[in-house]
Amino acid sequence: MKNIDSFTHTRGESIYLDDIPTTIGTLYGVVFGSPIAHGKIKSLVLTDAEASEGVVRIFTHLDIPGINQIGGIIPDEPLMAEDEVHFNGMPIAFVVATSTEAATLACKKIKVEIEPLPVITDPRVARANNSLIVPPRTFKIGDSKNAFQDCKYIFEGLAETNGQEHLYIETQGAYALPAENNAIKVYSSTQGPTAVQRHMADVLGIPMHRIEVDVTRLGGGFGGKEDQATSWAVFCGLATFLLKKPVKYALHRMEDMRMTGKRNPYSSDFKIGLDENLKIIAYEAIFHQNAGASADLSPAVLERTLFHTTNTYYVPNVTATAYSCRTNLPPNTAFRGFGGPQGMFVIEAAIAKAAESLGVAADVIQERNLLQTGNELPFGQIVQSEASPCWEKATSLYDVENMKMEIAAFNNTNSVYKKGLSFMPICFGISFTKTPMNQARALVHIYTDGSVNISTGAVEMGQGVNTKMIQVASTIFSIPASLIKLNTTNTYRIANTSPSAASATADLNGRAVEVACNALKERLVEVAADTLKCDKGDIEIKNEGVFVKGELSSMNWKALIMAGYLKRISLSEHGHYATPGLHFDMTKEKGHPFAYHVFGTAITTVTVDCIRGIYDIDSVKLVHDFGSSMNPLIDKGQIEGGLVQGIGWMTMEEIVFDADGRLRSNALSTYKVPDIYSVPKNIDLHFLETDNDNLAIFKSKAVGEPPLMYGIGTFFALRNAIKAFNPNSDVAFAAPMTPEKVLLGLYHSKNG
Amino acid sequence: MTQFILNNTEIKTTLSPGMTMLDFVRYNQHLTGTKIGCREGDCGACTMLIGTLTDGRMKYHAVTSCLMPIGNAHGKHVVTIEGINLKELTLVQESFAQFGATQCGFCTPGFIVSLTGYCLDEKSPSSEKAIDAVNGNICRCTGYKSIEKAAYTVSEKLASRQGVDAISFAVKNNIVPEYFLKIPEKIKLIQANPHIVSTNKKVGGGTDLYVQQHDTIANETIDFLLDQDYLKGITQVGNACEMGASTTVAEMSDDPILNLHFKNLQKYFKLVSSVPIRNMATVAGNFTNASPIGDLTIMFLALDAQLELSDDQQKRNIALRDFYKGYKQLDKNSNEIIEKIRFELPATSDFFNFEKVSKRTHLDIASVNSAILLQMNGDVIETAGLSAGGVGPIPKYLSRSSAFLKGKSVTEKIIMELIELVQEEISPISDARGTEQYKRLLLSQLIKAHFIGFFPLLKKDLLLSNGLIGQ
Repeated sequence: MKNIDSFTHTRGESIYLDDIPTTIGTLYGVVFGSPIAHGKIKSLVLTDAEASEGVVRIFTHLDIPGINQIGGIIPDEPLMAEDEVHFNGMPIAFVVATSTEAATLACKKIKVEIEPLPVITDPRVARANNSLIVPPRTFKIGDSKNAFQDCKYIFEGLAETNGQEHLYIETQGAYALPAENNAIKVYSSTQGPTAVQRHMADVLGIPMHRIEVDVTRLGGGFGGKEDQATSWAVFCGLATFLLKKPVKYALHRMEDMRMTGKRNPYSSDFKIGLDENLKIIAYEAIFHQNAGASADLSPAVLERTLFHTTNTYYVPNVTATAYSCRTNLPPNTAFRGFGGPQGMFVIEAAIAKAAESLGVAADVIQERNLLQTGNELPFGQIVQSEASPCWEKATSLYDVENMKMEIAAFNNTNSVYKKGLSFMPICFGISFTKTPMNQARALVHIYTDGSVNISTGAVEMGQGVNTKMIQVASTIFSIPASLIKLNTTNTYRIANTSPSAASATADLNGRAVEVACNALKERLVEVAADTLKCDKGDIEIKNEGVFVKGELSSMNWKALIMAGYLKRISLSEHGHYATPGLHFDMTKEKGHPFAYHVFGTAITTVTVDCIRGIYDIDSVKLVHDFGSSMNPLIDKGQIEGGLVQGIGWMTMEEIVFDADGRLRSNALSTYKVPDIYSVPKNIDLHFLETDNDNLAIFKSKAVGEPPLMYGIGTFFALRNAIKAFNPNSDVAFAAPMTPEKVLLGLYHSKNG
Repeated sequence: MTQFILNNTEIKTTLSPGMTMLDFVRYNQHLTGTKIGCREGDCGACTMLIGTLTDGRMKYHAVTSCLMPIGNAHGKHVVTIEGINLKELTLVQESFAQFGATQCGFCTPGFIVSLTGYCLDEKSPSSEKAIDAVNGNICRCTGYKSIEKAAYTVSEKLASRQGVDAISFAVKNNIVPEYFLKIPEKIKLIQANPHIVSTNKKVGGGTDLYVQQHDTIANETIDFLLDQDYLKGITQVGNACEMGASTTVAEMSDDPILNLHFKNLQKYFKLVSSVPIRNMATVAGNFTNASPIGDLTIMFLALDAQLELSDDQQKRNIALRDFYKGYKQLDKNSNEIIEKIRFELPATSDFFNFEKVSKRTHLDIASVNSAILLQMNGDVIETAGLSAGGVGPIPKYLSRSSAFLKGKSVTEKIIMELIELVQEEISPISDARGTEQYKRLLLSQLIKAHFIGFFPLLKKDLLLSNGLIGQ
């Protein structure tokens, strides 16, 4: 089934935040952000700005009727700075004017005097200063310290990954409208409508039931609008609440890039020990997460790093410790993979280091250590593994032996171009690691004409979740998709939602739709049996009709629904789903946090131009564990898109902050994401259909985040190509592998 | 008064002609299908088509409307996604839907408009050209493979166009609505605005000014130079080429004279921005912007281009090599504009090459770029022009290095000596586009690339071996 939005998307008729028709009297807001990264506010003079043409009012923290706090996990993030600023761009004031231009102009007239304090941008410096967001956490299995004594080979090193700008093409924004009795309706480009509702209630000092958050869709999210969409909505809500006027703020790209957090950069140390058969016996890692100025989602990101410390490998002795380090950068946040990729990069670096030191290909070590069903992960979960089936299918289907021979032959005969190959197997846990979040609700109405209307807590942001929701209802009711409409996501219809995140949105909300539809169907079967005077067990609702003992009756779907109405049966159902069997004990760091894991293997080949240091990605060949895909077109799109986003993170996407904490890569001209020429020439994808039971909706495994990590393979393929040109090159395990790093790597010499 | 046709509607507006077409369409006309992604021409979400009446026919090209002042649309046909829509999906839209080439959908209208523009282009279709047509469009969701398939499918359909003009074919094949056929008659009725020479702000294509000054430029009084006839055209006089200052990069790329004399012209221009930017950016704009890294500037420094400046009273000539006085400082007073560019066309025995490396190969600003012209007398270099960008405060003509090459035969040793000299002549700094160390190494490599391209018999291994690196 095609994406249900493809009709309006291709015609430019889909409605995003900035497309909502504005009401007469709408005012426009712009945030005034701190010009420096750290300091004490000595004075704030608004007089000139307030006198600026078109300005209606300028809000500061003093105007907040409730509490000045929007921290999601930890209350450490004020909506607007009070005495101190902690990052460049930290909101200090919110200017509301009759136009965006007037508000922008007024911002330039605000005078703020800030006494500078030392700026920290390096997480290791922050750790040394004991500047941590939360106490460090350690996952442990076996006894790594003693196990190293039994290892034949031990390697240590450093691995670093930079941040990543989400670069949703639609910037952040919100539009708030006043409603009667001090209520507010806010349109928000958010992945987390409930987070917006809760924080707005706190800031305004009113109950959540007065705040209606409505989301039609996002022009991309990728985690960047999970927590970080909240502040813009709260700013608009605050101004609307106090002015009783509609207030809108759609951020300019440069404001968005400057003021919002990104993927957490990590700087990590690893130590890996192997036996003579290249089995990994022991692994230790210390992660320094650059959290930025406040917690945001970093503690949860940190946790997922620990959950994915060993990627898809079985290691009996592991000690992994993670520090969430407070720096003077915008608060870093969720980004597709949520700490998992940062953890997996480190063990892949450790394996690469071991392999090159031992003179074997990394894939020899990778393959020998793949997780098997029944293995225990460092946090105690016993894994149901598809790692080896994916790997084996990939090596045979794509004839890896031949690929390797062709690359060797190419490298022997070419001096200017060199090729490199890498394997990137992945294992990704599905569920929110915070167990209570694994719940969802869906509201299904059937109208008397037989048409169906569904509301869920899922936010459509391109991942196709609305299409999947319709598929669930369409399959259960056995009616065409054209009879079903998905509603906007709205906190008045569906309460207490979890954000659309953690790859779990289709699973959780799809299961809730399933629960609701099954309950409705059960009632309708009774109606049919009653009307047609037969046994319930003989009734089947399919193909828009009612079947009795396999024979189509005179009753069609529409007649059935009308019969139900006349019999005064509820044609509405609110379904609730909570993923069963999940638990995790943080005091022991053990449990069963994931509903299931997703596996896959990517084989990447690249060609490096050894004169210029530029490169092409020739192919990425994948075998991915889909369970049983309910929508191959959408799922394939997630794989390709996730892969390319991961490749971007590993290659050209380079976030640059200067020592003063000022973002230098602050626009699309200085921060580059993949364009159509830079993606792999070929992406081959094989769907590994697995029969094993899983908790996914219709056994169609979650697909949002896992493919991003295939992109890590590009880093190692490039590294291998560099080493084919210059075997002595000591290319650091530091992503992204920009053309600069490639060229310096190609011409690195131990003497130079 | 600015007058143009927006989709199928005639527009007469007295709004500031400096306003961007994007803002006009979204916030004045309330057509919201065109999206805002970056406001600096780097994402393509705001792509529109601009149709110009040329020899009785409409010619369409894609632009990023965030950088286009409405003043540059006078007398033209402006097409947004709304102006493309039919009752059902068009051929391009259907291909996108079929291949799952739309996910969040925010970039999609831009892609649809770009590909529709490709369908209206008379040039013979090819898969490569179909992809080139969307090279200014960024998608963050799909990874582009589904978009490639959609583009190929559209392109295959065009293969059956033989003999039929592109617009009629597009109308018949559900690519654009029928009203496109009536546009030429409507355009003919719009009178040209008189050209006023003044001390006003001058705007050519606007592709840089609207990035740098977007907060203020919309309300300034502007002289629009892009469509002035006297600033257009590429002609050959003997061995010399004369080019109007408002010639766009796309016009240069399509020009038969330039293609004849620069056999890799298409390869070079593919490294310069993107299709929609090339459709607006002018050669004089590139020169006067004075970016130390301007691609065209670097090419024309090597070619020793001469500029004709005019303040409407007096004309004077100056070599491009003498035009740059310091960072963003020109030998030009504010009343003067560049009117013409003149340069010698390379002979068949000459060597010309342009190299550019950036973080992303396409639609990016160079870390370092370089151009070279070698005029040969047998094996001996008679004259050389070598230039480099990103290695100092101005686009750099490497005069000493160029002089060094004069009278030399090309050997590996000479190249290495040249590179050493070049290293003395440049003064790169570390910035967002690379460290000083990288820029120095990269320019050395690009110089090797120039010569390896010209002289295939050079020992590449020797040139690329570690010991020879000018680090």
